[in-house]
Amino acid sequence: MTAALFYFIACLTIISALFVVLNRNPVYSAVMLVFCFFSLAALYVLLEAYFVAVLEIIVYAGAIMVLFLFVIMLINVGKEIAATSIIVKAKVLPFVLVVLFSLNIILLILWRNEGLHQSNTISSVGSIIAIGQALFTKYLLPFEIASLLLLVALIGTVYLAKKRVL
Amino acid sequence: MIVPLEHVIILSIIIFSIGIMGVLFRKNVIIIFMSIELMLNAVNLSLVGFSRYYNSVDGQVFVFLVMTLAAAEVAVGLAIIVSLFRNKQTINIDEINILRG
Repeated sequence: MTAALFYFIACLTIISALFVVLNRNPVYSAVMLVFCFFSLAALYVLLEAYFVAVLEIIVYAGAIMVLFLFVIMLINVGKEIAATSIIVKAKVLPFVLVVLFSLNIILLILWRNEGLHQSNTISSVGSIIAIGQALFTKYLLPFEIASLLLLVALIGTVYLAKKRVL
Repeated sequence: MIVPLEHVIILSIIIFSIGIMGVLFRKNVIIIFMSIELMLNAVNLSLVGFSRYYNSVDGQVFVFLVMTLAAAEVAVGLAIIVSLFRNKQTINIDEINILRG
């Protein structure tokens, strides 16, 4: 039952990701991207990563997509939609290369000799307690460096958004 | 684990490939950015799958760090797009060719 639910949500994720790439209007793309993030959060819940699922909705669907929509609003892209074509004829080679790349990895995974054995134990790694303990003991230095990265991004954004730049 | 790990990885590869297609084929810088977000999310999905498979919390910590990186990257990248649009009046990457690439 939950496996069927997983495959259903996986199909929803793939379809919404395709709509993100294929849509002409950036606003529709952004809405489909929000849908994609929500279905990914559902997949995380099914994989018992509850904290990551909540984080996905708060950070991606909440913060990042608002930023995207603000920028779409700021730069008026409505005029250029008709001018840009989606299907580019001369780009067969990159398409073939990407398909070959993904098929290569899929076949490598599926045709392994021993196969990945299935672990059926009940997991407790998705809880906030486990993640917080790992984050503040084993991964304390990456955590602090991440905060430094956010500070640098903040300063860089403020500098770039000033009037006279470039 | 409710599904085999292989299926999670294959889903992750499919989403990642869709993201690559978006970066390669679209001309709108904002759509290219969204495709990069799709690729980051595909990697997150495979990290969560492996974390669940090995019953280890490390993968989810990496997802946390990747999300931090994605937030920083989006903030800086969108600021660059806005200032680019302010200077060139376009977000079509074919018209932004001052480096003659």
